[in-house]
Amino acid sequence: MLHPVGTGHYLVLSLALLLVGILGVLTRRNLVIVLMSVELILNAVNINLIAFSKHTGNLAGQVFAIFVITLAVAEAAVGLGLLIALFRNRETTSADEVNLLRW
Amino acid sequence: MIDTALFYVFALMTLGGGILCITRRNAVHAAIWLIASLMGVAGLFLLQRAEFLFAVQIVLYIGGIMVLFLFVIMLINLDTAAAERQYSGQWKLALGAVVLAGGEIAWVMARGLPGLGAAAAVQDGGEGGSDGNVERLADLLFSEYLLPFEIVSILLLAAIVGSVFLARRRTS
Amino acid sequence: MTAFYTGTDHFAVLPALLLALFGCAVLLFEFVLPVGMASRRALAALTLAGEGFTAYSLYRQHSYLSSQGWPALTAFQGAVTIDGLALAFNWMFLAAAGLAALISYRYLETEGEHSGEYYGLLLFAQFGMFFLASGTDLIVQFTGLETMALSFYVLVGFLRGRRRSNEAALKYFVLGVLSSGLILYGFSVLYGISGSTKLSAVAGAVAGRGAGDPLIWLAVATLGAGLFFKIAAAPFHMWAPDAYDGGPTPVVAYLSVASKAAAFVLLLRLFLGPLAAAREAWQGLTVMVALASLAVGTIAALSQDNVKRLLAYSSIAHGGYVLLGLVAGNARGLQGIVVYLLTYVFMNTGAFLVLVLLRRGEAEGNHIDDLSGLMRRSPAAAVLMLLFLLSLGGLPPSSGFIAKYYIFLALVESGHYALAAVGAIFAAAGLYYYFRLVKTMFGGRELAGEPLAASMGTRVAMVSTAVVTLGLGLYPEPLLQLALLPVKP
Repeated sequence: MLHPVGTGHYLVLSLALLLVGILGVLTRRNLVIVLMSVELILNAVNINLIAFSKHTGNLAGQVFAIFVITLAVAEAAVGLGLLIALFRNRETTSADEVNLLRW
Repeated sequence: MIDTALFYVFALMTLGGGILCITRRNAVHAAIWLIASLMGVAGLFLLQRAEFLFAVQIVLYIGGIMVLFLFVIMLINLDTAAAERQYSGQWKLALGAVVLAGGEIAWVMARGLPGLGAAAAVQDGGEGGSDGNVERLADLLFSEYLLPFEIVSILLLAAIVGSVFLARRRTS
Repeated sequence: MTAFYTGTDHFAVLPALLLALFGCAVLLFEFVLPVGMASRRALAALTLAGEGFTAYSLYRQHSYLSSQGWPALTAFQGAVTIDGLALAFNWMFLAAAGLAALISYRYLETEGEHSGEYYGLLLFAQFGMFFLASGTDLIVQFTGLETMALSFYVLVGFLRGRRRSNEAALKYFVLGVLSSGLILYGFSVLYGISGSTKLSAVAGAVAGRGAGDPLIWLAVATLGAGLFFKIAAAPFHMWAPDAYDGGPTPVVAYLSVASKAAAFVLLLRLFLGPLAAAREAWQGLTVMVALASLAVGTIAALSQDNVKRLLAYSSIAHGGYVLLGLVAGNARGLQGIVVYLLTYVFMNTGAFLVLVLLRRGEAEGNHIDDLSGLMRRSPAAAVLMLLFLLSLGGLPPSSGFIAKYYIFLALVESGHYALAAVGAIFAAAGLYYYFRLVKTMFGGRELAGEPLAASMGTRVAMVSTAVVTLGLGLYPEPLLQLALLPVKP
């Protein structure tokens, strides 16, 4: 039988997703995929917020999650804008070609 | 019971989609898997009675952000990126993150979380009635959280102005 | 239903309102005014006018609080708190933004990227910082942080036509959003343990759990990693040298002082606020990061030939000293942090200002050889640079000495003798690379080239940074009084 799902389950899931996102940002060279990994991190945050919101029985966490989604949109827009600016100067999206990104 | 099974289905979707997203060679494939992962998160929102966020996640995130991503992917030449080496040499940092997060997961699983173990079933009683999730959320957003709501308007303005400026062709 | 937007609320957020208003005004006026030099000058003037009005509204808050004996003024049901800490940091942000606006004009003309967006984003970044300094609600702090960060990503990449600027901005962006994500994750955990986004409520929940709790540990680890990224402390510093190197110099001056101070005020609000009860959980981490920053910053700066990269590494080391003030943990430590960051605004902006002067026509002016023989080419610039370097090195009679003195005093008073000794050793080692610059300026061969000419704004900025750096070194009383504000009960 499956155990009933508690907030702890959600926390472990969000930690795992956070880890996947961090690994994506740190190890991938394709900058578009790096930006996608950032979305994964923000979704990990949202899973946490929603689970805690249910757990503590107040809606502030859901409001917080709305702001996080707004931020995700804004970050994606600025990040892709930077990518396009770079692409105009040199036709690449690989972090490898970007000298400074060899951190 | 059905909730528990659904949790594992959505969790698998979220995590599996995420892992596949960061390991794909082709950015379009990665984007598709990211959508799968985001859908899983949307399902989790529904399980947690966050109906409004479920809708926002589908409409705004999957509908909006992903279109933005796909747009840029189409704009940028993909064939060269797919043929190049896919991973940077950041294994030390990555390993550190794995050890830290893995340790925390193990700790949480072994010890349990004080005060967080069982889901608070009590609050479910208050969910019903005519006072819907969206209504209560709006109440909160426009009273207690009015200030961040206004700050976000400046944040979005800065993001719009910035990204339009960066993506615009230089005139001179 | 509680009344919202009361008179108190308005009074508390008026500086931010003015910043947003003038930011929008600059963006709008760019469309209304005809294209040309005069209009661009008008936009810069409008920005400075905005800073002036903001300064007046801050002054009104300052005088109101001081007449009431420094109570903490809360607004928006506790989401915003105007207290000594908020005011001291808002004065810093105001000084940094004003100086950046003053020195930008000539630089942007040279680069051919002069537009209203620049000044708009400059003001929006400061708008975000206002809420970092005065926000006491997780959501307010987070939205403020992101407004600042997004503006800075664009500003660092503002020289669209230059690949270095693009790359620097991308690198800063990728690591910046990663750190924002980590900070957010920490915020979500803090919300989870308390069920509230108000820092006062979070404080109670943290105190109830104690430092050994896995959730507290998780919050401290993610918040710490994210915030140390933002203040460019080692080992999370790798974006700083590249972002400083590739970004436009006036932006870098602004970024290096204001964004660092803003990240520090968030760190103080969290670690000395709700997480003060879990001091054991972050004390060791902070000591390690502070020492690593001192070591990495000082040692890497020794071998830099690019002055902007050198100043980047020196700023990493300066971050280490400020963190030592947090380690000390007493009232003197907090006072030292404020003194340090406030003097850092003027001395570091001053040093970058001289680099802005050297950016002439084709000359980049970033390499150490560009400083060669500066004493004969432009004695005023050389003497000013000497003053700023003395101050960065922490030698009397400059204000940098007072700053380092207070940090070390705090360490000694709290019994951290070994840390004080290590800090002093690194401070002495740091003198070497500042001296290297001085030697090049005064001893090196004179370079041919256009004579340096300062614009009106640059002159004003030069005089004010120099007067403050030297003046506060000789007569530090006003500085110490301002730094006492956060400590007042």
